[in-house]
Amino acid sequence: MDLQIALLLGQDGLTNGAIYALLALALVLVFAVTRVIFIPQGEFVAFGALTLASLQAGKLPGTVWLLLALGVLIGVLEGSRAVRAGQLRRLPLIVLLNVGVPLLLAGTLIAVSPATLPLPVQVLLALMLVVPLGPMIYRLAYQPVAEASVLVLLIVSVAVHVALTGLGLLFFGAEGSRTPPFTEVSFAVGDALLQGQTVLVIVASLGLIIALYLFFERTIYGKALRATAMNRTGARLMGISGTLAGMLSFTLAALIGVLSGILISPITTIYYDSGFLIGLKGFVGAIIGGLASYPVAAAGAALVGLLESYSSFWASAFKEVIVFTLIIPVLLWRSLKTTHVEEQ
Amino acid sequence: MSPADHGNERTVVLEVDKLSVSYGKVNALHGISLKVHRGEIVTVIGPNGAGKTTLLCALIGLLPASGDIVYLGERQHGGRSVEQLVRLGMTLVPEKRELFAEMSVADNLLLGAFDRYRAGHRDSLETMEDVFNVFPRLMERREQTAGTLSGGERQMLAMGRALMAKPRLLLLDEPSLGLAPLIIREIFRTITQLKRTGVAILLVEQNARAALQVADYAYVLETGELALEGASRQLASDPRVVASYLGLGGRR
Repeated sequence: MDLQIALLLGQDGLTNGAIYALLALALVLVFAVTRVIFIPQGEFVAFGALTLASLQAGKLPGTVWLLLALGVLIGVLEGSRAVRAGQLRRLPLIVLLNVGVPLLLAGTLIAVSPATLPLPVQVLLALMLVVPLGPMIYRLAYQPVAEASVLVLLIVSVAVHVALTGLGLLFFGAEGSRTPPFTEVSFAVGDALLQGQTVLVIVASLGLIIALYLFFERTIYGKALRATAMNRTGARLMGISGTLAGMLSFTLAALIGVLSGILISPITTIYYDSGFLIGLKGFVGAIIGGLASYPVAAAGAALVGLLESYSSFWASAFKEVIVFTLIIPVLLWRSLKTTHVEEQ
Repeated sequence: MSPADHGNERTVVLEVDKLSVSYGKVNALHGISLKVHRGEIVTVIGPNGAGKTTLLCALIGLLPASGDIVYLGERQHGGRSVEQLVRLGMTLVPEKRELFAEMSVADNLLLGAFDRYRAGHRDSLETMEDVFNVFPRLMERREQTAGTLSGGERQMLAMGRALMAKPRLLLLDEPSLGLAPLIIREIFRTITQLKRTGVAILLVEQNARAALQVADYAYVLETGELALEGASRQLASDPRVVASYLGLGGRR
Protein backbone atom coordinates (compact mmCIF):
# COMPACT_ATOMS: atom_id res chain seq x y z
CA MET A 1 0.00 0.00 0.00
CA ASP A 2 1.42 3.34 -0.96
CA LEU A 3 0.60 6.73 0.53
CA GLN A 4 -1.96 7.54 -2.13
CA ILE A 5 -4.05 4.47 -1.39
CA ALA A 6 -3.65 5.04 2.34
CA LEU A 7 -4.96 8.57 1.95
CA LEU A 8 -7.82 7.41 -0.19
CA LEU A 9 -8.81 4.74 2.31
CA GLY A 10 -8.45 7.18 5.18
CA GLN A 11 -10.70 9.66 3.42
CA ASP A 12 -13.27 6.94 2.82
CA GLY A 13 -13.05 5.74 6.40
CA LEU A 14 -13.45 9.19 7.88
CA THR A 15 -16.49 9.92 5.70
CA ASN A 16 -18.23 6.74 6.79
CA GLY A 17 -16.95 7.25 10.31
CA ALA A 18 -18.56 10.70 10.46
CA ILE A 19 -21.91 9.17 9.53
CA TYR A 20 -21.46 6.35 12.06
CA ALA A 21 -20.59 8.96 14.68
CA LEU A 22 -23.85 10.81 14.05
CA LEU A 23 -25.82 7.57 14.37
CA ALA A 24 -23.88 6.60 17.50
CA LEU A 25 -24.83 9.93 19.08
CA ALA A 26 -28.49 9.37 18.22
CA LEU A 27 -28.39 5.87 19.71
CA VAL A 28 -26.78 7.11 22.93
CA LEU A 29 -29.32 9.92 23.17
CA VAL A 30 -32.33 7.67 22.69
CA PHE A 31 -31.02 5.06 25.11
CA ALA A 32 -30.08 7.56 27.81
CA VAL A 33 -33.45 9.29 27.72
CA THR A 34 -35.86 6.42 27.04
CA ARG A 35 -33.80 3.22 27.70
CA VAL A 36 -34.75 2.13 24.17
CA ILE A 37 -32.04 0.44 22.10
CA PHE A 38 -33.13 2.03 18.86
CA ILE A 39 -32.48 -0.66 16.25
CA PRO A 40 -34.68 1.12 13.65
CA GLN A 41 -32.21 4.05 13.69
CA GLY A 42 -30.74 2.74 10.42
CA GLU A 43 -34.14 2.66 8.72
CA PHE A 44 -34.27 6.44 9.00
CA VAL A 45 -30.99 6.59 7.06
CA ALA A 46 -32.42 4.42 4.29
CA PHE A 47 -35.84 6.12 4.30
CA GLY A 48 -34.21 9.56 4.15
CA ALA A 49 -31.93 8.65 1.26
CA LEU A 50 -34.57 6.74 -0.70
CA THR A 51 -37.27 9.36 -0.15
CA LEU A 52 -34.91 11.98 -1.57
CA ALA A 53 -34.08 9.67 -4.48
CA SER A 54 -37.80 9.10 -5.19
CA LEU A 55 -38.48 12.81 -5.15
CA GLN A 56 -35.63 13.38 -7.60
CA ALA A 57 -36.90 10.61 -9.84
CA GLY A 58 -40.29 12.33 -9.94
CA LYS A 59 -42.00 9.52 -8.04
CA LEU A 60 -44.25 9.94 -5.06
CA PRO A 61 -42.29 8.35 -2.17
CA GLY A 62 -44.16 5.68 -0.21
CA THR A 63 -43.21 7.39 3.03
CA VAL A 64 -46.05 9.86 2.32
CA TRP A 65 -48.58 7.08 2.82
CA LEU A 66 -46.82 5.82 5.94
CA LEU A 67 -46.90 9.33 7.36
CA LEU A 68 -50.60 9.60 6.57
CA ALA A 69 -51.42 6.16 8.00
CA LEU A 70 -49.54 6.77 11.25
CA GLY A 71 -51.12 10.22 11.46
CA VAL A 72 -54.63 8.76 11.16
CA LEU A 73 -53.82 6.10 13.78
CA ILE A 74 -52.51 8.66 16.25
CA GLY A 75 -55.42 10.98 15.44
CA VAL A 76 -57.92 8.25 16.31
CA LEU A 77 -55.99 7.29 19.46
CA GLU A 78 -55.55 10.83 20.79
CA GLY A 79 -58.99 11.88 19.58
CA SER A 80 -60.81 9.12 21.42
CA ARG A 81 -58.77 9.87 24.52
CA ALA A 82 -59.72 13.54 24.35
CA VAL A 83 -63.41 12.62 23.90
CA ARG A 84 -63.30 10.29 26.90
CA ALA A 85 -61.68 12.99 29.03
CA GLY A 86 -64.36 15.43 27.86
CA GLN A 87 -61.84 17.78 26.24
CA LEU A 88 -63.66 18.29 22.96
CA ARG A 89 -61.98 21.61 22.24
CA ARG A 90 -58.65 19.81 21.78
CA LEU A 91 -60.14 17.72 18.97
CA PRO A 92 -59.62 20.13 16.01
CA LEU A 93 -55.95 20.60 16.88
CA ILE A 94 -55.36 16.85 17.14
CA VAL A 95 -56.96 16.22 13.75
CA LEU A 96 -55.17 19.15 12.11
CA LEU A 97 -51.76 18.13 13.44
CA ASN A 98 -51.93 14.39 12.79
CA VAL A 99 -54.08 14.13 9.68
CA GLY A 100 -54.22 17.64 8.22
CA VAL A 101 -50.49 18.25 7.95
CA PRO A 102 -49.68 14.88 6.28
CA LEU A 103 -52.61 15.41 3.87
CA LEU A 104 -51.34 18.88 3.04
CA LEU A 105 -47.86 17.47 2.43
CA ALA A 106 -49.22 14.70 0.19
CA GLY A 107 -51.33 17.21 -1.72
CA THR A 108 -48.36 19.49 -2.25
CA LEU A 109 -46.25 16.62 -3.59
CA ILE A 110 -48.97 15.57 -6.02
CA ALA A 111 -49.62 19.16 -7.14
CA VAL A 112 -46.01 20.19 -7.83
CA SER A 113 -43.56 17.88 -9.55
CA PRO A 114 -40.79 17.54 -6.95
CA ALA A 115 -38.23 16.43 -9.56
CA THR A 116 -38.06 19.97 -10.95
CA LEU A 117 -37.51 21.63 -7.57
CA PRO A 118 -34.04 22.81 -6.53
CA LEU A 119 -32.01 20.36 -4.42
CA PRO A 120 -32.33 22.23 -1.07
CA VAL A 121 -36.13 22.19 -1.38
CA GLN A 122 -36.07 18.49 -2.18
CA VAL A 123 -33.93 17.87 0.91
CA LEU A 124 -36.34 19.91 3.01
CA LEU A 125 -39.29 17.90 1.67
CA ALA A 126 -37.53 14.62 2.45
CA LEU A 127 -36.90 15.86 6.01
CA MET A 128 -40.54 16.89 6.41
CA LEU A 129 -41.70 13.48 5.18
CA VAL A 130 -39.45 11.22 7.23
CA VAL A 131 -38.48 13.05 10.44
CA PRO A 132 -42.06 13.14 11.85
CA LEU A 133 -42.11 9.33 11.61
CA GLY A 134 -39.69 9.29 14.57
CA PRO A 135 -41.98 10.81 17.22
CA MET A 136 -44.99 9.07 15.63
CA ILE A 137 -43.36 5.66 16.03
CA TYR A 138 -42.50 6.60 19.61
CA ARG A 139 -46.13 7.52 20.26
CA LEU A 140 -47.51 4.30 18.77
CA ALA A 141 -44.92 1.67 19.61
CA TYR A 142 -42.96 2.82 22.65
CA GLN A 143 -45.08 5.20 24.70
CA PRO A 144 -47.66 2.55 25.70
CA VAL A 145 -44.83 0.42 27.14
CA ALA A 146 -42.55 3.26 28.27
CA GLU A 147 -42.24 1.86 31.80
CA ALA A 148 -41.38 -1.66 30.65
CA SER A 149 -37.96 -3.25 31.05
CA VAL A 150 -35.06 -2.64 28.66
CA LEU A 151 -35.57 -6.14 27.24
CA VAL A 152 -39.24 -5.50 26.35
CA LEU A 153 -38.27 -2.20 24.74
CA LEU A 154 -35.56 -4.02 22.78
CA ILE A 155 -38.08 -6.55 21.50
CA VAL A 156 -40.37 -3.69 20.42
CA SER A 157 -37.35 -2.21 18.61
CA VAL A 158 -36.77 -5.45 16.72
CA ALA A 159 -40.44 -5.53 15.70
CA VAL A 160 -40.37 -1.90 14.53
CA HIS A 161 -37.16 -2.58 12.61
CA VAL A 162 -38.60 -5.61 10.81
CA ALA A 163 -41.83 -3.76 10.00
CA LEU A 164 -39.99 -0.73 8.65
CA THR A 165 -37.62 -2.84 6.53
CA GLY A 166 -40.62 -4.61 5.00
CA LEU A 167 -42.32 -1.30 4.32
CA GLY A 168 -39.07 -0.03 2.80
CA LEU A 169 -39.12 -2.89 0.29
CA LEU A 170 -42.76 -2.14 -0.50
CA PHE A 171 -42.18 1.59 -0.93
CA PHE A 172 -38.87 1.71 -2.76
CA GLY A 173 -38.46 -1.73 -4.34
CA ALA A 174 -35.40 -3.92 -4.23
CA GLU A 175 -33.23 -1.68 -6.42
CA GLY A 176 -30.75 0.62 -4.80
CA SER A 177 -30.60 4.36 -5.41
CA ARG A 178 -27.89 6.93 -5.47
CA THR A 179 -28.56 10.66 -5.40
CA PRO A 180 -26.46 13.18 -7.34
CA PRO A 181 -23.66 14.78 -5.29
CA PHE A 182 -24.27 18.12 -3.63
CA THR A 183 -21.02 19.43 -5.06
CA GLU A 184 -18.76 18.42 -7.93
CA VAL A 185 -15.63 20.19 -6.76
CA SER A 186 -12.56 18.22 -5.83
CA PHE A 187 -9.18 19.16 -4.45
CA ALA A 188 -5.79 17.69 -5.20
CA VAL A 189 -3.92 16.76 -2.04
CA GLY A 190 -0.49 15.57 -3.14
CA ASP A 191 -1.23 12.74 -5.54
CA ALA A 192 -4.65 11.95 -4.08
CA LEU A 193 -7.90 13.54 -5.11
CA LEU A 194 -10.12 14.85 -2.33
CA GLN A 195 -13.80 14.80 -3.27
CA GLY A 196 -15.88 17.85 -2.37
CA GLN A 197 -18.72 15.57 -1.30
CA THR A 198 -16.42 13.86 1.21
CA VAL A 199 -15.42 17.17 2.73
CA LEU A 200 -19.06 18.17 2.82
CA VAL A 201 -20.06 15.02 4.71
CA ILE A 202 -17.35 15.55 7.33
CA VAL A 203 -18.02 19.28 7.71
CA ALA A 204 -21.79 18.77 7.89
CA SER A 205 -21.38 15.98 10.46
CA LEU A 206 -19.11 18.11 12.61
CA GLY A 207 -21.54 21.02 12.28
CA LEU A 208 -24.42 18.80 13.36
CA ILE A 209 -22.43 17.49 16.32
CA ILE A 210 -21.65 21.06 17.42
CA ALA A 211 -25.30 22.02 17.00
CA LEU A 212 -26.32 19.05 19.15
CA TYR A 213 -23.77 20.02 21.78
CA LEU A 214 -25.12 23.57 21.90
CA PHE A 215 -28.68 22.24 22.09
CA PHE A 216 -27.85 20.09 25.12
CA GLU A 217 -25.70 22.67 26.88
CA ARG A 218 -27.49 25.92 26.17
CA THR A 219 -31.22 25.35 25.68
CA ILE A 220 -33.71 24.48 28.39
CA TYR A 221 -35.19 21.65 26.30
CA GLY A 222 -31.74 20.14 25.82
CA LYS A 223 -31.11 20.39 29.54
CA ALA A 224 -34.49 18.80 30.19
CA LEU A 225 -33.48 15.81 28.05
CA ARG A 226 -30.21 15.46 29.96
CA ALA A 227 -32.10 15.75 33.23
CA THR A 228 -34.45 12.94 32.22
CA ALA A 229 -31.45 10.78 31.37
CA MET A 230 -29.90 11.50 34.80
CA ASN A 231 -32.93 11.25 37.03
CA ARG A 232 -36.31 10.27 35.66
CA THR A 233 -38.30 10.87 38.85
CA GLY A 234 -36.60 14.20 39.47
CA ALA A 235 -37.41 15.30 35.93
CA ARG A 236 -41.07 14.27 36.21
CA LEU A 237 -41.38 16.29 39.40
CA MET A 238 -40.23 19.34 37.40
CA GLY A 239 -43.00 18.69 34.88
CA ILE A 240 -40.70 17.10 32.28
CA SER A 241 -42.86 14.14 31.33
CA GLY A 242 -41.40 10.95 29.96
CA THR A 243 -43.62 11.36 26.91
CA LEU A 244 -42.24 14.80 26.12
CA ALA A 245 -38.65 13.62 26.56
CA GLY A 246 -39.32 10.51 24.47
CA MET A 247 -40.94 12.46 21.63
CA LEU A 248 -38.13 14.99 21.62
CA SER A 249 -35.33 12.41 21.61
CA PHE A 250 -37.00 10.37 18.86
CA THR A 251 -37.44 13.52 16.77
CA LEU A 252 -33.74 14.27 17.13
CA ALA A 253 -32.78 10.67 16.36
CA ALA A 254 -34.96 10.68 13.23
CA LEU A 255 -33.51 14.02 12.14
CA ILE A 256 -29.96 12.73 12.59
CA GLY A 257 -30.81 9.53 10.72
CA VAL A 258 -32.43 11.29 7.76
CA LEU A 259 -29.62 13.84 7.47
CA SER A 260 -27.06 11.02 7.56
CA GLY A 261 -28.92 9.22 4.80
CA ILE A 262 -29.09 12.34 2.66
CA LEU A 263 -25.39 13.04 3.22
CA ILE A 264 -24.21 9.53 2.42
CA SER A 265 -26.48 8.67 -0.53
CA PRO A 266 -24.33 10.45 -3.15
CA ILE A 267 -21.35 8.32 -2.01
CA THR A 268 -22.91 4.90 -1.44
CA THR A 269 -25.80 3.18 -3.16
CA ILE A 270 -28.56 2.81 -0.57
CA TYR A 271 -30.98 -0.12 -0.66
CA TYR A 272 -34.16 -0.48 1.38
CA ASP A 273 -32.27 -2.61 3.91
CA SER A 274 -28.91 -0.78 3.90
CA GLY A 275 -29.85 1.17 6.97
CA PHE A 276 -29.58 -1.77 9.33
CA LEU A 277 -25.89 -2.40 8.67
CA ILE A 278 -25.06 1.32 8.80
CA GLY A 279 -27.00 1.69 12.04
CA LEU A 280 -25.30 -1.38 13.49
CA LYS A 281 -21.88 0.16 12.87
CA GLY A 282 -23.04 3.28 14.64
CA PHE A 283 -24.15 0.94 17.41
CA VAL A 284 -20.64 -0.49 17.73
CA GLY A 285 -19.46 3.10 18.24
CA ALA A 286 -22.18 3.67 20.82
CA ILE A 287 -21.13 0.49 22.66
CA ILE A 288 -17.54 1.74 22.76
CA GLY A 289 -19.00 4.77 24.52
CA GLY A 290 -20.88 2.48 26.90
CA LEU A 291 -24.21 3.81 25.54
CA ALA A 292 -23.56 6.75 27.84
CA SER A 293 -20.63 8.91 26.73
CA TYR A 294 -21.22 11.08 23.66
CA PRO A 295 -17.59 11.95 22.85
CA VAL A 296 -16.32 8.38 23.30
CA ALA A 297 -19.20 7.07 21.17
CA ALA A 298 -18.36 9.53 18.38
CA ALA A 299 -14.66 8.71 18.51
CA GLY A 300 -15.45 4.99 18.56
CA ALA A 301 -17.66 5.35 15.51
CA ALA A 302 -14.94 7.21 13.63
CA LEU A 303 -12.58 4.34 14.53
CA VAL A 304 -15.13 1.86 13.17
CA GLY A 305 -15.22 3.79 9.87
CA LEU A 306 -11.43 3.76 9.52
CA LEU A 307 -11.14 0.10 10.51
CA GLU A 308 -13.79 -0.79 7.97
CA SER A 309 -12.13 1.04 5.14
CA TYR A 310 -8.60 -0.32 5.78
CA SER A 311 -9.84 -3.86 6.32
CA SER A 312 -11.75 -3.67 3.04
CA PHE A 313 -8.36 -3.16 1.38
CA TRP A 314 -6.45 -5.93 3.12
CA ALA A 315 -9.19 -8.48 3.70
CA SER A 316 -12.28 -7.31 1.92
CA ALA A 317 -14.06 -10.64 2.43
CA PHE A 318 -13.77 -10.19 6.19
CA LYS A 319 -14.60 -6.48 6.26
CA GLU A 320 -17.81 -6.79 8.28
CA VAL A 321 -16.43 -9.58 10.44
CA ILE A 322 -13.49 -7.44 11.51
CA VAL A 323 -15.70 -4.44 12.30
CA PHE A 324 -18.18 -6.39 14.38
CA THR A 325 -15.50 -8.46 16.10
CA LEU A 326 -14.22 -5.16 17.47
CA ILE A 327 -17.12 -5.27 19.89
CA ILE A 328 -15.69 -8.27 21.78
CA PRO A 329 -12.42 -6.71 23.01
CA VAL A 330 -14.34 -3.49 23.69
CA LEU A 331 -16.87 -5.27 25.88
CA LEU A 332 -14.08 -7.15 27.65
CA TRP A 333 -12.19 -3.93 28.29
CA ARG A 334 -15.32 -2.16 29.51
CA SER A 335 -16.37 -4.95 31.84
CA LEU A 336 -12.86 -5.10 33.35
CA LYS A 337 -12.57 -1.34 33.66
CA THR A 338 -15.94 -0.42 35.12
CA THR A 339 -16.75 -1.25 38.69
CA HIS A 340 -20.42 -1.87 39.26
CA VAL A 341 -21.94 0.30 41.94
CA GLU A 342 -24.95 -0.84 43.85
CA GLU A 343 -28.13 1.13 43.23
CA GLN A 344 -28.70 3.40 46.15
CA MET B 1 -63.78 25.26 67.16
CA SER B 2 -63.76 21.79 65.70
CA PRO B 3 -60.37 20.38 64.71
CA ALA B 4 -61.10 20.53 60.97
CA ASP B 5 -61.86 24.23 61.00
CA HIS B 6 -58.38 25.44 61.75
CA GLY B 7 -57.85 28.80 60.09
CA ASN B 8 -61.08 28.74 58.12
CA GLU B 9 -60.68 32.44 57.31
CA ARG B 10 -58.24 31.60 54.54
CA THR B 11 -58.70 29.75 51.28
CA VAL B 12 -58.30 26.01 51.38
CA VAL B 13 -55.54 24.90 49.00
CA LEU B 14 -55.76 21.19 49.57
CA GLU B 15 -58.50 19.11 51.08
CA VAL B 16 -58.15 15.37 51.33
CA ASP B 17 -60.97 13.10 52.40
CA LYS B 18 -60.79 9.36 53.11
CA LEU B 19 -57.66 8.86 51.05
CA SER B 20 -56.43 5.28 50.81
CA VAL B 21 -53.40 3.82 49.09
CA SER B 22 -52.53 0.18 48.79
CA TYR B 23 -49.56 -1.67 47.38
CA GLY B 24 -51.26 -4.77 46.01
CA LYS B 25 -53.09 -6.24 48.99
CA VAL B 26 -51.15 -4.27 51.56
CA ASN B 27 -52.96 -1.21 52.79
CA ALA B 28 -50.38 1.54 53.14
CA LEU B 29 -52.75 4.39 53.94
CA HIS B 30 -56.29 4.22 55.14
CA GLY B 31 -58.97 6.91 55.43
CA ILE B 32 -56.70 9.93 55.59
CA SER B 33 -58.48 13.29 55.80
CA LEU B 34 -56.58 16.54 56.03
CA LYS B 35 -56.66 20.18 55.01
CA VAL B 36 -54.03 22.76 54.08
CA HIS B 37 -54.75 26.48 53.80
CA ARG B 38 -52.96 29.23 51.94
CA GLY B 39 -49.94 30.54 53.85
CA GLU B 40 -50.12 27.75 56.37
CA ILE B 41 -47.63 25.11 57.37
CA VAL B 42 -49.25 21.79 58.10
CA THR B 43 -47.11 18.93 59.29
CA VAL B 44 -47.63 15.20 59.29
CA ILE B 45 -45.40 13.52 61.85
CA GLY B 46 -45.02 9.86 62.57
CA PRO B 47 -42.53 7.04 62.89
CA ASN B 48 -40.70 5.21 60.13
CA GLY B 49 -42.99 3.22 57.88
CA ALA B 50 -46.15 5.04 58.92
CA GLY B 51 -46.85 5.96 55.31
CA LYS B 52 -45.70 9.59 55.28
CA THR B 53 -43.81 9.40 52.00
CA THR B 54 -46.60 7.32 50.49
CA LEU B 55 -49.03 10.11 51.38
CA LEU B 56 -47.02 12.74 49.51
CA CYS B 57 -46.44 10.46 46.52
CA ALA B 58 -50.18 9.79 46.31
CA LEU B 59 -50.99 13.50 46.52
CA ILE B 60 -48.71 14.44 43.63
CA GLY B 61 -49.85 11.55 41.46
CA LEU B 62 -46.81 9.29 41.63
CA LEU B 63 -48.97 6.60 43.23
CA PRO B 64 -52.59 5.70 42.50
CA ALA B 65 -54.97 6.42 45.36
CA SER B 66 -58.66 6.21 46.14
CA GLY B 67 -60.70 8.79 47.99
CA ASP B 68 -61.26 12.50 47.44
CA ILE B 69 -58.51 14.99 46.76
CA VAL B 70 -59.71 18.55 46.23
CA TYR B 71 -56.90 20.81 45.07
CA LEU B 72 -57.53 24.53 44.50
CA GLY B 73 -61.25 23.88 44.72
CA GLU B 74 -61.19 21.23 42.02
CA ARG B 75 -61.79 17.54 42.60
CA GLN B 76 -58.94 15.43 41.19
CA HIS B 77 -61.04 12.81 39.44
CA GLY B 78 -59.43 9.56 38.35
CA GLY B 79 -55.93 10.53 39.37
CA ARG B 80 -54.16 13.33 37.55
CA SER B 81 -50.65 12.87 36.28
CA VAL B 82 -47.66 14.40 38.03
CA GLU B 83 -47.14 16.76 35.10
CA GLN B 84 -50.70 18.10 35.30
CA LEU B 85 -50.38 18.75 39.03
CA VAL B 86 -47.03 20.45 38.55
CA ARG B 87 -48.70 22.72 36.00
CA LEU B 88 -51.30 23.55 38.66
CA GLY B 89 -48.60 24.65 41.09
CA MET B 90 -48.10 21.58 43.26
CA THR B 91 -44.43 20.76 43.86
CA LEU B 92 -42.80 17.96 45.79
CA VAL B 93 -39.35 18.07 47.35
CA PRO B 94 -38.74 14.33 47.60
CA GLU B 95 -37.00 12.59 50.47
CA LYS B 96 -34.15 11.49 48.20
CA ARG B 97 -33.84 15.01 46.73
CA GLU B 98 -33.68 13.55 43.18
CA LEU B 99 -31.25 16.21 41.95
CA PHE B 100 -29.60 16.21 38.53
CA ALA B 101 -26.21 15.21 39.92
CA GLU B 102 -24.01 15.91 36.89
CA MET B 103 -25.51 19.33 36.21
CA SER B 104 -24.56 22.63 37.76
CA VAL B 105 -26.56 24.15 40.59
CA ALA B 106 -27.74 26.90 38.23
CA ASP B 107 -28.99 24.36 35.67
CA ASN B 108 -30.79 22.38 38.37
CA LEU B 109 -32.55 25.55 39.42
CA LEU B 110 -33.33 26.50 35.83
CA LEU B 111 -35.03 23.15 35.26
CA GLY B 112 -37.16 23.80 38.33
CA ALA B 113 -38.80 26.48 36.18
CA PHE B 114 -39.12 24.16 33.15
CA ASP B 115 -42.87 23.91 33.33
CA ARG B 116 -43.26 27.67 33.80
CA TYR B 117 -41.05 28.13 30.73
CA ARG B 118 -43.27 25.78 28.75
CA ALA B 119 -46.34 27.63 29.91
CA GLY B 120 -44.86 30.82 28.46
CA HIS B 121 -43.31 32.51 31.51
CA ARG B 122 -39.84 33.91 30.83
CA ASP B 123 -39.00 35.09 34.36
CA SER B 124 -36.72 32.28 35.51
CA LEU B 125 -33.70 34.57 36.00
CA GLU B 126 -35.62 36.84 38.36
CA THR B 127 -37.02 33.81 40.19
CA MET B 128 -33.48 32.49 40.51
CA GLU B 129 -32.43 35.77 42.17
CA ASP B 130 -35.25 35.28 44.68
CA VAL B 131 -34.10 31.73 45.36
CA PHE B 132 -30.52 32.95 45.85
CA ASN B 133 -31.85 35.46 48.39
CA VAL B 134 -33.48 32.61 50.29
CA PHE B 135 -30.42 30.34 49.97
CA PRO B 136 -27.28 32.52 49.58
CA ARG B 137 -25.18 29.34 49.74
CA LEU B 138 -26.57 28.23 46.39
CA MET B 139 -25.41 31.51 44.87
CA GLU B 140 -21.83 30.72 45.93
CA ARG B 141 -22.11 27.21 44.52
CA ARG B 142 -23.96 28.08 41.31
CA GLU B 143 -21.31 26.74 38.91
CA GLN B 144 -20.60 23.57 40.92
CA THR B 145 -22.25 20.30 39.91
CA ALA B 146 -25.03 19.17 42.21
CA GLY B 147 -23.29 15.87 42.93
CA THR B 148 -20.42 17.67 44.69
CA LEU B 149 -22.64 19.47 47.22
CA SER B 150 -22.84 18.59 50.90
CA GLY B 151 -26.01 17.07 52.32
CA GLY B 152 -27.36 20.36 53.61
CA GLU B 153 -26.61 22.14 50.34
CA ARG B 154 -28.37 19.37 48.44
CA GLN B 155 -31.49 19.87 50.52
CA MET B 156 -31.27 23.60 49.90
CA LEU B 157 -30.92 22.97 46.17
CA ALA B 158 -33.87 20.57 46.16
CA MET B 159 -35.99 23.21 47.91
CA GLY B 160 -34.65 26.00 45.74
CA ARG B 161 -35.41 24.02 42.62
CA ALA B 162 -38.96 23.47 43.85
CA LEU B 163 -39.35 27.20 44.56
CA MET B 164 -38.34 27.97 40.96
CA ALA B 165 -41.76 26.62 39.97
CA LYS B 166 -43.39 29.32 42.16
CA PRO B 167 -45.55 26.67 43.82
CA ARG B 168 -48.90 27.23 45.47
CA LEU B 169 -48.56 24.04 47.46
CA LEU B 170 -45.13 22.84 48.51
CA LEU B 171 -44.86 19.25 49.65
CA LEU B 172 -41.73 18.68 51.75
CA ASP B 173 -40.66 15.12 52.46
CA GLU B 174 -38.31 14.84 55.47
CA PRO B 175 -36.17 17.91 54.79
CA SER B 176 -34.18 17.17 57.96
CA LEU B 177 -33.21 13.65 56.89
CA GLY B 178 -29.52 12.95 57.42
CA LEU B 179 -28.59 16.55 58.23
CA ALA B 180 -26.60 18.01 61.12
CA PRO B 181 -28.65 19.84 63.80
CA LEU B 182 -27.30 23.24 62.82
CA ILE B 183 -28.28 22.76 59.18
CA ILE B 184 -31.70 21.46 60.23
CA ARG B 185 -32.26 24.69 62.14
CA GLU B 186 -31.31 26.69 59.07
CA ILE B 187 -33.63 24.68 56.80
CA PHE B 188 -36.54 25.08 59.20
CA ARG B 189 -35.91 28.79 59.55
CA THR B 190 -36.22 29.00 55.78
CA ILE B 191 -39.46 27.03 55.84
CA THR B 192 -40.91 29.58 58.26
CA GLN B 193 -39.76 32.39 55.94
CA LEU B 194 -41.43 30.74 52.97
CA LYS B 195 -44.75 30.75 54.78
CA ARG B 196 -44.77 34.55 54.54
CA THR B 197 -44.77 34.39 50.74
CA GLY B 198 -48.24 32.83 50.95
CA VAL B 199 -47.33 29.36 49.78
CA ALA B 200 -49.11 26.49 51.49
CA ILE B 201 -46.71 23.91 52.91
CA LEU B 202 -47.36 20.31 53.77
CA LEU B 203 -44.37 19.11 55.74
CA VAL B 204 -43.81 15.46 56.45
CA GLU B 205 -41.28 14.84 59.22
CA GLN B 206 -39.86 12.29 61.56
CA ASN B 207 -38.18 15.05 63.49
CA ALA B 208 -41.36 15.89 65.38
CA ARG B 209 -39.89 18.58 67.60
CA ALA B 210 -38.58 20.70 64.73
CA ALA B 211 -41.74 20.16 62.70
CA LEU B 212 -44.12 21.11 65.52
CA GLN B 213 -42.10 24.27 66.16
CA VAL B 214 -42.64 25.68 62.67
CA ALA B 215 -46.07 24.23 61.81
CA ASP B 216 -49.46 25.78 62.47
CA TYR B 217 -51.35 22.55 62.48
CA ALA B 218 -50.26 18.96 62.82
CA TYR B 219 -51.39 15.44 62.19
CA VAL B 220 -49.90 12.28 63.67
CA LEU B 221 -49.74 9.37 61.27
CA GLU B 222 -49.34 5.87 62.67
CA THR B 223 -49.37 2.65 60.61
CA GLY B 224 -51.28 4.22 57.76
CA GLU B 225 -53.93 6.01 59.78
CA LEU B 226 -54.23 9.43 61.38
CA ALA B 227 -54.00 8.94 65.13
CA LEU B 228 -54.15 12.53 66.34
CA GLU B 229 -54.53 16.04 65.03
CA GLY B 230 -54.60 19.55 66.38
CA ALA B 231 -52.87 22.91 66.50
CA SER B 232 -49.12 22.30 66.69
CA ARG B 233 -48.80 24.06 70.05
CA GLN B 234 -51.50 21.85 71.53
CA LEU B 235 -50.03 18.69 70.08
CA ALA B 236 -46.58 19.59 71.33
CA SER B 237 -47.88 19.41 74.88
CA ASP B 238 -50.16 16.44 74.35
CA PRO B 239 -48.90 13.70 76.67
CA ARG B 240 -49.23 11.00 73.98
CA VAL B 241 -47.13 12.97 71.51
CA VAL B 242 -44.62 13.90 74.18
CA ALA B 243 -44.22 10.27 75.19
CA SER B 244 -43.90 8.84 71.69
CA TYR B 245 -42.21 11.55 69.65
CA LEU B 246 -40.68 14.28 71.75
CA GLY B 247 -39.27 12.56 74.79
CA LEU B 248 -38.68 14.56 77.94
CA GLY B 249 -36.94 17.42 76.15
CA GLY B 250 -40.21 18.42 74.52
CA ARG B 251 -41.75 19.58 77.76
CA ARG B 252 -40.80 23.21 77.86
